[in-house]
Amino acid sequence: MSLAAQLIDLLAALLLLMAFAMLAQRRLMALIGLFAFQGALLAASTAVVAWSTGQAHLWWSAGLTALLKAVVLPLVLRRLAVRLAVARDVEPLVNVPTTLLVGIALVVVAFDLALPMAELAGTITRGTLGIAMACVLLSLLMMITRRRAIAQVIGFLSLENGLFFAATGATYGMPMVVELGIALDVLVGVLVFGIFFFRIRETFDSLDVEHLEKLGDRG
Amino acid sequence: MARDASFLLRFAPYCVFGCMVLAASIVPMVATGLPFAPAADVIALVGLLATARVFMALAAMDAGTAFGSMGARREMLVAGLAEPALLMVFFMPSLIVGSTSLTTIVETLAYQPFALHPSLAFAAVAFVMVLLAENARIPVDNPATHLELTMIHEAMLLEYSGRYLALMEWAHALKLMVYAGIGIALFAPWGVSPAGRWDLVPAALAALAAKLFIGGLALAILETVSAKMRIFRAPEFLGMAFLLAVLGMLILLLQGPPR
Repeated sequence: MSLAAQLIDLLAALLLLMAFAMLAQRRLMALIGLFAFQGALLAASTAVVAWSTGQAHLWWSAGLTALLKAVVLPLVLRRLAVRLAVARDVEPLVNVPTTLLVGIALVVVAFDLALPMAELAGTITRGTLGIAMACVLLSLLMMITRRRAIAQVIGFLSLENGLFFAATGATYGMPMVVELGIALDVLVGVLVFGIFFFRIRETFDSLDVEHLEKLGDRG
Repeated sequence: MARDASFLLRFAPYCVFGCMVLAASIVPMVATGLPFAPAADVIALVGLLATARVFMALAAMDAGTAFGSMGARREMLVAGLAEPALLMVFFMPSLIVGSTSLTTIVETLAYQPFALHPSLAFAAVAFVMVLLAENARIPVDNPATHLELTMIHEAMLLEYSGRYLALMEWAHALKLMVYAGIGIALFAPWGVSPAGRWDLVPAALAALAAKLFIGGLALAILETVSAKMRIFRAPEFLGMAFLLAVLGMLILLLQGPPR
């Protein structure tokens, strides 16, 4: 196995580790840091795929990922957290070990689903499809278990990371136009979410989405 | 020594110390092909460490003091969670190499061409967490405290004095050394001299000293920057270790051994 394939496997494993770390992280600022690190890992793995396969457009998407997901989005989220005065919040997570065990079960499911597909694939990144699927499922789990809006949005963005990784792994990335469109979508999405946070807080004095479950005539 | 205690209290230090000496003579730190190496593979090594722990806890309860029982109970809480994680950590190099014998593992890992093992990285992190918990280091226990609310390991040794205490402390130091040796053997086995090559032993000794120095430095830094956890957070900490090990195993199964 070539060095590039080993590097991709290592980066994929670290991506999965980051997904788990985010699942267990209670502090919002640390969560944003983990998200930034996950973005950096994603960019690095895309760059390795680009280098080993000679796909020029992957260099672009690697650079775009590094800029957007490792720098811009974490900065925006950080500023949002500071402005919303939730930067020091410690989220009450119910039973971290149970959540992590559920996460392990999800990983097993994802790997089991991916194995037959990986057998068919001839790309250098065939081992990574299962990890990408596991990352997507773990991000979904994170969105389910979190109660604060910001943490849910981070889960959503990390889900997008997983999808991006799956695209890179399965087909050496999407066409440039699609990738640019997605990048823009994510950026705009975060800005819209930011406005949303302020509206939620203005109405309920908190970012806890449990308040959204009650019907009422206020606001 | 407590007057009402049974022979267990006097017997335990020898047993614990003996287990640790045997464990230390199995782990290939300087050279492979050690005379005691066929005596136990990694699974039996875990059993050996468990035997020492059981006798230590029994002796602590034997004296009949409240602190001793409390320390024993806490030790068992930590150990019961750390042991599966340790076993999972051991399974990973065993799966990669295809053998549970430490000698084979070290020989294969040390002399093969360079390869990245993502699963071994996971195992290494999990192993460090287990090491901290099992050796009563700071995030889980504080080896220097005698405060009743926090001590685990020290609470079990309160009834000991004289040569028994010395033996127990020696065994404890040996245990840390054994764990460091296992960590080095599994995750950084370079420079170990092969069986029968006496001329390479000095270089291996120097390599071991350098690795131990780095390990000690890392341990000191880790202990300086982290605060002691509440005892009830220990299951979460060790659950993380177990989870990391399982994750590494799953990744190993998905990606297969390096082709």
